[in-house]
Amino acid sequence: MKKVLALVLAVLMVVALAACGGSGDKKDEKGHVYWLNFKPEIDETLQNLAKKYTDETGVEVTVVTAASGTYSTTLTAEMDKSEPPTLFVIGNQQGVKDWSDFALDLKDTDIAKELNTDAYNLYDDSGKLVSIGYCYECYGIIVNPTLIEKAGHKVEDIKNFDTLKTVVEDIHKRAGELGFDAFSSSDMDDSSSWRFTGHLANLEYFYEEKAAGSTWKECPASITGDYLPNYKKLYDLIINNSLTAPTDLSAGGHDAEAEFKDGKAAFFVNGSWEYAAVSEKVPNAVMIPYYCGVDGEEKAGLNCGTENCWAVNSEVSEADQKATIDFMVWLVTDEEASKTMVEQLGIMPYKNAAKSTNGFLNNAAKYDEDGCYVMDWATNYQPNVDEYRKDLVSALNAYNADQTDDNWAKVKEAFVDGWAKQYKAISE
Amino acid sequence: MKENQKSKAPAEPEAETVAESVEEIVQELPSQDDPAVLESETDPEDAQQVQEEIEKLKKKKKVFKSGHSSMTRRSMRKWSWLFIGPVFVSFIIGFLWPFMQGIYLSFCSGRITTIAKAKLTGFQSFEKAFADETFFHAFWFTALFAVVSVVLINVLAFAAAYALTQNVKGSNLFRTIFFMPNLIGGIVLGYLWSMIFDGLLDLYTTTNLVDDATYGFWGLIILLLWQQIGYMMIIYIAGLQAVPEDMLEAAKIDGATKRQTLFRVVIPNVMPSITICTFLTLTNSFKLYDQNLALTNGKPGRLTEMLALNISNGFANSATRGMAQAKAVIFFILVAVLGIAQLITTRKREVQQ
Repeated sequence: MKKVLALVLAVLMVVALAACGGSGDKKDEKGHVYWLNFKPEIDETLQNLAKKYTDETGVEVTVVTAASGTYSTTLTAEMDKSEPPTLFVIGNQQGVKDWSDFALDLKDTDIAKELNTDAYNLYDDSGKLVSIGYCYECYGIIVNPTLIEKAGHKVEDIKNFDTLKTVVEDIHKRAGELGFDAFSSSDMDDSSSWRFTGHLANLEYFYEEKAAGSTWKECPASITGDYLPNYKKLYDLIINNSLTAPTDLSAGGHDAEAEFKDGKAAFFVNGSWEYAAVSEKVPNAVMIPYYCGVDGEEKAGLNCGTENCWAVNSEVSEADQKATIDFMVWLVTDEEASKTMVEQLGIMPYKNAAKSTNGFLNNAAKYDEDGCYVMDWATNYQPNVDEYRKDLVSALNAYNADQTDDNWAKVKEAFVDGWAKQYKAISE
Repeated sequence: MKENQKSKAPAEPEAETVAESVEEIVQELPSQDDPAVLESETDPEDAQQVQEEIEKLKKKKKVFKSGHSSMTRRSMRKWSWLFIGPVFVSFIIGFLWPFMQGIYLSFCSGRITTIAKAKLTGFQSFEKAFADETFFHAFWFTALFAVVSVVLINVLAFAAAYALTQNVKGSNLFRTIFFMPNLIGGIVLGYLWSMIFDGLLDLYTTTNLVDDATYGFWGLIILLLWQQIGYMMIIYIAGLQAVPEDMLEAAKIDGATKRQTLFRVVIPNVMPSITICTFLTLTNSFKLYDQNLALTNGKPGRLTEMLALNISNGFANSATRGMAQAKAVIFFILVAVLGIAQLITTRKREVQQ
């Protein structure tokens, strides 16, 4: 009896193990789509769209979302499997270097023909179209116009650094009387420091690029730091005219978004993805560029760019590749699907996609129409980005604690020398 | 060494008494097992016969016994794969195979994405790893951390265990409370303590925990002490309770002071616990990861980054993955050598009871 029981249990176990291993043998000539998504916030939307697409066409669509901050490692692991993702994200030059071998050349594919701009596409050295943008974003300074007016100013008057400074310092000075302050907290913990070591730093890189007359196509071995004084101007303005004292920033724990939404602060450094959250409470919120005292900045626009770029796996079957491209085309042309996507993602640069409802992105488009220059995302080229930003955060923390020239020299070291150091660390 | 000799000396006369008692037991054995023997023992005249019968019985018993055990052994051999198999398979899947892949990858360099596309390049990654300043900084930081935490944890845990085995009222309650921090995960602890430290530092300074490597170091030490003392204390309590009463009594009769009893009798007897605890604390300190990640995440810069965190940070970029994997192999060898060396030296000092 016991023997029988043991045998049964053993068989059960083997079956269970086998079941874990070999699921999904029902592929057919229709192909299937496996999208490894890197934005946790749109997972639910994508799951619903996937289900809808399967219902309509019978093609199996699987959407897997990597946990926040683990996209690169998840992709590495998934790519090694027997059923790798057919659709994944290559969002920057680093990604192109890593994954270009796995990417199908998208030139002249059905999805590439739907694009209305080439601005957000990524090519590798050989000119292969590795990935194509499916939406773009922008960042800058989010402003609450109602509060600015309460303080006796107008958003329209803010045209450059000096006018911004006047408004900000006036509000900060009268914060007690007004009941709100100028900037929301600029915490330096990991949940917030990227706004300053990544986004705000972009103004330095961008103006360096602009002065040199050409946009970067790959990570430069070193930077000059010529515009670091401009970064300092805006940075000083932000930390010294804020709800939180500069010395308290390193520990973090302040909710800048809530401060802005609750009307405790009039300015908030962030990006277009905040629109949905912010517009609940501040429906008329607008975004203005990083004014930092550069000549001619009255013509500056917002920082526009994207890391949301689709790549199709070249190592899966042709049926899967076709199914994947068909699915992509459906996402950007189907009225309902593209509307859902646009609501979540902002703007989709495709001819037949739904129009954007995102106020900040519409601000970006307005600046563009008015003939302002777009500040592209040069920050995406930061070499060995995590380490680079880590050093920058610690230098900025020291500076926040004690705003001396010596401490700023250390920021400069992390910002400029750190670039060359990290570039060296990751070059073979 | 002195302690060893001392405690061995009284053990020698005991050896004889043990031998005697073994004989007694052997003589008594058959009579306990078989009622027939009991009966025949009442008849002293046929001692010879009884003896023979006992021998026979013993043989029978032996035959039966060995037959039984060989049967068990046979079925054990037949079914052992069933019991060992799953563990063995998961050991291969979860440890051995990835470990081998790791060693393979440490000999690859360049941009590493999938294992299939990694290129063997020889010792390049090891060269890079040894040229990496942050790795050396992490090593010395970890070594210093390990020394301080091993000493402090063991001294404090032993002290707590010693105090709680002295028939203090409510000692069970204390034991439970001291043990409880060990049940909280490292990440949670890290975040909790970072708030506590920042709150405290706020009262006296304008610096925060992540601004100063010295604060970070002691913060990590305090966190680890708080977490591990309770666990080590339990091991020490078990060790202390196993110290033979008669030895303590003998020490008392011989007029040993409390101090002498502690250092000459108790500590040599709890050497096995000390071995285990130093081994655990040493390897724990070297492998520390989640507490480090949650409390300081290496800040400021990478100054409070310990070995494990340094290695895992290297995986963030595909260009440094080979180097990080080489570091991981070096790290494995380091921890293994340290652990074994420590085990051997402490084992030598243990007392056989």
